[in-house]
Amino acid sequence: MQAFTTHEGIMAPLDRGNVDTDAIIPKQYLKSIKRTGFGPHLFDDWRYRDPGGLDVDPATRRPNPDFLLNQPAYRDATILLARDNFGCGSSREHAVWALSDAGFRVVIAPSFADIFFNNCFKNGVLPIVLDHQNMDALFEVATRDAPAVARVDLLAQTVRAGGVEYPFEIDAYRRHNMLEGLDDIGLTLKHAETIRGYEQARRDAKPWLFREL
Amino acid sequence: MSGRTLYDKIWDEHVVRDNGDGTALIYIDRQMVHEVTSPQAFEGLRLAGRDVWRRSANLAVPDHNVPTIDRLRGIADPISRAQVEALQTNCADFGIRLFAMNDPRQGIVHVIGPEQGATQPGMTIVCGDSHTSTHGAFGALAFGIGTSEVEHALATQTLIQAKAKTMLIRVDGQAGPGVTAKDIMLAIIGKIGTAGGTGHVLEYGGQAIRDLSMEGRMTLCNMSIEAGARAGMIAVDDKTVEYVRGRTYAPEGEHQAEAETYWRTLTSDEGAVFDQTVVLDAAAIRPQVTWGTSPEMVVPVDGAVPDPATCDDATRAESWRHALTYMDLAPGMPITDIHLDKVFLGSCTNARIEDLRAAAAVLKGRRVADNIKLAMVVPGSGLVKLQAEKEGLDQVFIDAGFEWRDAGCSMCLGMNPDQLSPGERCASTSNRNFEGRQGQGGRTHLVSPAMAAAAAVAGHFVDVRDI
Repeated sequence: MQAFTTHEGIMAPLDRGNVDTDAIIPKQYLKSIKRTGFGPHLFDDWRYRDPGGLDVDPATRRPNPDFLLNQPAYRDATILLARDNFGCGSSREHAVWALSDAGFRVVIAPSFADIFFNNCFKNGVLPIVLDHQNMDALFEVATRDAPAVARVDLLAQTVRAGGVEYPFEIDAYRRHNMLEGLDDIGLTLKHAETIRGYEQARRDAKPWLFREL
Repeated sequence: MSGRTLYDKIWDEHVVRDNGDGTALIYIDRQMVHEVTSPQAFEGLRLAGRDVWRRSANLAVPDHNVPTIDRLRGIADPISRAQVEALQTNCADFGIRLFAMNDPRQGIVHVIGPEQGATQPGMTIVCGDSHTSTHGAFGALAFGIGTSEVEHALATQTLIQAKAKTMLIRVDGQAGPGVTAKDIMLAIIGKIGTAGGTGHVLEYGGQAIRDLSMEGRMTLCNMSIEAGARAGMIAVDDKTVEYVRGRTYAPEGEHQAEAETYWRTLTSDEGAVFDQTVVLDAAAIRPQVTWGTSPEMVVPVDGAVPDPATCDDATRAESWRHALTYMDLAPGMPITDIHLDKVFLGSCTNARIEDLRAAAAVLKGRRVADNIKLAMVVPGSGLVKLQAEKEGLDQVFIDAGFEWRDAGCSMCLGMNPDQLSPGERCASTSNRNFEGRQGQGGRTHLVSPAMAAAAAVAGHFVDVRDI
């Protein structure tokens, strides 16, 4: 996984609550068996005026000029500002893959849905929680001074924008893995013996759980 | 020591290793696998040269992309077909049990797990699908995960988890006639909101929950994610034990009694402390209909579309306005004035045999209204379909003007050809009314199977208790 220490980029303020993962990446793109190529389809239903699919070249489609990420000031944004409960609904990790593929490294919101939040960390995308007051301030900077740049420092746990520094909290283990770009599976397999020991004890105590399917 | 919650008990039992940083390595007893969220996980295993840790922990089935009609002809869409074929190849390569598309045991992953007895009390169950919470109805800890975690569970039989908070949702008293598990759950979501359960594992309790069948409990736990919770669970009782007993993968012989004795310990202790408790009165719950683009945008069928001007929260009022525009509804409009184009009876929420029976009971001797362009029943599994046919329900549906389809996720999310066209309005027994969920520009109203059937007959929403 790509390590994350600091990131500087343009903020895009997506002013909607409860943005679900169906909106972030619609169903038709979930048919792909790859992890890449989802970027052009990020927020697909909002971003284009005509329907798309994996077999349609995005370059041939009609963009919706009103949509935030199609506006010149936000086209190159890499930090997404969002509202409450961002990423709710389906567990599809494709939502994070789409954000990442479209260049986003950071999402800042007052709250996130659990599965989406978790998926971000597996892909080097940093989800930051700030309270409503600070969120409103960031939205204002991102709108008023567009294109406005923010600097995110994971080591210092701060977001700096519009001359103001916003501290944020993050779980120690998530921060550590993100800073180091660690591979969870590799780390877990260091404990393979412990897992085997647990498994054997479980098999002895509750053998019915280990029935062949 | 104060009592432990059901969640505490299952958590404690599955800790392989405390990581000392607020997380633990948790053992996973069962992983369900489907075609949409697994290909990248198997690819990851291949790239890293890793094998599946314990093959028999996994059960796979294609459900999202499968057609519900003319299935013997295969899948017409080459992209969908490739994804289903990838699942077959991956399962063959890694030695995982797969119920292929034309196997009678095929169906929606969250329907077939319980049906086969692969879902059992006390298990940790994961799947790359947010509706994995369904399996919590059995007193299991079941939650949806992303593809990276699918790969992690395949490779290590564990997940790194931080312990969640707990929320008891107690539904006291008896639900009235015509009020189903779906109505109870929509009422809960209406009360706590789509983010109300974020960070929590929900436990449902109270008289109205104990009264529910296992099918009803699955409906309830299924939509825990629509309340923001990754998992929902219900304590084991006689109904749970009897439902599992005798199923294909259920404990057999000497293990059966042993397992059942253990299962009966899977309840929250007297005096167990929850981080939050929410109480509802079942008698006050009426049949529910969603009007907007989030499951929390819900009112009783005898209510009206709300007015954003009366909403005290500015952000929420704005989302109501967005929703009203998308849904093409006006504030104050009675729910029973909402006319429909399509009716979808299916999904992991409401496509089990009890759901089909409830809808058929309403449809018997009646016809779908002329303004309904399509009414379809998509059973949750091939075995549900066979059972319904044995009971003659298929004929009731067909006589009423419904299409009788094959099992799969179908129009719940429209990854297969079953979709809404732009502007079409649908009464759906599924779980999400998000923009575009059932097809770009489509408008979804979530209801119970009986309410969907009643709406199909009337052509608009009606109170199922009045017919």
